[in-house]
Amino acid sequence: MSAAAPDRTAVRPVRPGPPILEVQGLTMRFGGLTAVSKVSFAAGSGQITALIGPNGAGKTTLFNCVTGFYRPSDGIIRLHKPGVPPTELQRLPGHRIARAGVARTFQNIRLFPGMTALENLLIAQHGPLMAATGWGIGAVLGLSRYPAAERLAIERAKRWLTATNLMERADDPAGALPYGQQRRLEIARAMCTEPALLCLDEPAAGLNPRESDELARLLLDIREEGTSILLIEHDMGVVMRISDRVVVLDHGVLIADGTPAEVRGNAKVIAAYLGEDEEEVAAP
Amino acid sequence: MSAAALAPPRPAGRVQLALKDALIATAVAAILFVPMVALRTDVGTAGALALRYRWTDAAILCGLVFLGRLLLVLWTGRRGLQPTTSAGPWTRRLQQAGRFAAPAFLIVALLLPVIPGVDRYELDLGILVLTYVMLGWGLNIVVGLAGLLDLGYVAFYAVGAYSYALLAQYFGLSFWVCLPLAGILAAFWGILLGFPVLRLRGDYLAIVTLAFGEIIRVVLLNWVSLTGGPNGISGIPRPSFFGLSFSMSGGEGTFAGFFGLEPSSVHRVIFLYYLILALALLTNWVTIRLRRQPLGRAWEALREDEIACRALGINVTTTKLSAFALGAMFGGFAGAFFATRQAFISPESFTFIESAIILAIVVLGGLGSQIGVAIAALVLIGGTELFRDLQEWRMLVFGGAMVLIMVLRPRGLVGTRTPSIALGKRRAIDGNLVGEGHG
Repeated sequence: MSAAAPDRTAVRPVRPGPPILEVQGLTMRFGGLTAVSKVSFAAGSGQITALIGPNGAGKTTLFNCVTGFYRPSDGIIRLHKPGVPPTELQRLPGHRIARAGVARTFQNIRLFPGMTALENLLIAQHGPLMAATGWGIGAVLGLSRYPAAERLAIERAKRWLTATNLMERADDPAGALPYGQQRRLEIARAMCTEPALLCLDEPAAGLNPRESDELARLLLDIREEGTSILLIEHDMGVVMRISDRVVVLDHGVLIADGTPAEVRGNAKVIAAYLGEDEEEVAAP
Repeated sequence: MSAAALAPPRPAGRVQLALKDALIATAVAAILFVPMVALRTDVGTAGALALRYRWTDAAILCGLVFLGRLLLVLWTGRRGLQPTTSAGPWTRRLQQAGRFAAPAFLIVALLLPVIPGVDRYELDLGILVLTYVMLGWGLNIVVGLAGLLDLGYVAFYAVGAYSYALLAQYFGLSFWVCLPLAGILAAFWGILLGFPVLRLRGDYLAIVTLAFGEIIRVVLLNWVSLTGGPNGISGIPRPSFFGLSFSMSGGEGTFAGFFGLEPSSVHRVIFLYYLILALALLTNWVTIRLRRQPLGRAWEALREDEIACRALGINVTTTKLSAFALGAMFGGFAGAFFATRQAFISPESFTFIESAIILAIVVLGGLGSQIGVAIAALVLIGGTELFRDLQEWRMLVFGGAMVLIMVLRPRGLVGTRTPSIALGKRRAIDGNLVGEGHG
């Protein structure tokens, strides 16, 4: 990531190098309400892109469009995974998005609470494991290469359990873990799908400062391994410290896009966050 | 919470509390028993309805409630009996013994026909219980693992039974050819039902599956030219043992003749017993194997959180369909067996109450627990037979037992979940954490 260091101080709003995710003119309407309006931005490959904005700015809506939970009313979301032709995510059915290389976590944690941490991570590898079982039939009869595939899957799960510092909780049910560990397990689970882009919806929410620091380190490690990250976050400390680039939404419109330093000094962003001149902006 | 539970109060206060509690319980019992037990209508001599009073019976029942409640409260304190889903002392013991309990059950089941004193009646009862064990295990895939509430499971049982009966009647196919066909046809209907109902969840799914079960029954009832309608289909051929029939003649080509045995009608019963035992064990084996594999884990994940499944790239539609189809297939096998055992089937055997009983077996046994379902089937089906001497009181015992289990163990006899894989030792997971599914 030697390229990232000069990037951080760069002033140009658009970075060199191919983006991993390209969002063009994305619009999402719910009946008469336009939650996201003609938003365009790109998330750089091998970078951490933060999506911030006040409550109700449309961050999670945009997120749900990218991860296939909403079908956008208009616009294009293109994933540029290295080595494969670009994929238009808005055309794929929900479960294909993960297979295309986009993994996500949820604002309110969605683990499988009655299953162990290890089982959670194995379910994340359902696709390759299922293929190894000959779609279920071969494995019942014991006629497949499933045992080898499962060993491989367990190795990968162990690697992420170690990375998220959860190894000794591997056999505990996910629902019995403390909050901070559940957050980390959800990230580990998303990483087990081997994504090109990891989307995190408020990963630091509810964490104490020490846990936030650990999270920041974990995200930087994930970036080092080559996975790009798109995150929604309210904890500005985390955002400013680890992001390569910050995209700001307000009332469903993109109001700023640049490095953390640029965004911090942006008058519109300050106005949106502090509510300055809200009346004047809303008046026309 | 009363003070009685927090600290042991003075003995007088405790007795007083217990008395008060027992009196309230008796009052509730009286409200229930006076109209239901004390007043009874009989057909009188002139054919008119006559009211008969049974005050003694009602009084005895109220007295039993009073005594029972009094002793219970005195013994354990008011909050002594708490509902729990976690492993109680006896479940832990059962789980420890589980390593031996399941094989012990299996050995008893295998040796049942040769145990002295086991007669035709016991074997018939064994066949009946095993049929419900198999149906329970089949439905357990859909309800227990995938978390899809299916109230019309009996439809697949009916499809299996009628598949065999009709194929045998119109095409003269043998049981062994029809058994897989019945399973395949039932699975096909499972998929057919699955497609439209997949977008439904929870209560709505339950209603549609209930309707499906009724539709199948009503079609069977009214399509007289094909199914014989309410008259059913009789003379369904019996299965053969590798081509040897169980005819009583004892000649060449019969089971008794080939093995040089005295012709006896028990041979066929024993054969049918082992047949349903094998089918039930097949269901169990497939379920246990699948549970440790991606498909089974995906079913359980679906029960836990469907949205998370989608985010992880699991195709929710095909996963649900596979659960529906597999559950239906085992229902179909059981149906074909039912047809060949009875040699006569009619739509009357496939009413909603059958679905309800099978579901009750799965729920009482504990969603997703194989041994729990087997025990529940044994208790529910075997138990009702055992209490046959109690006549009209049988249902009261039966209902009371069900209420008791559900009050004390809301997640069934085995309310815990065993992980499908572990790095170290497998520890049972508390039922509170395990999802019940939302359809």
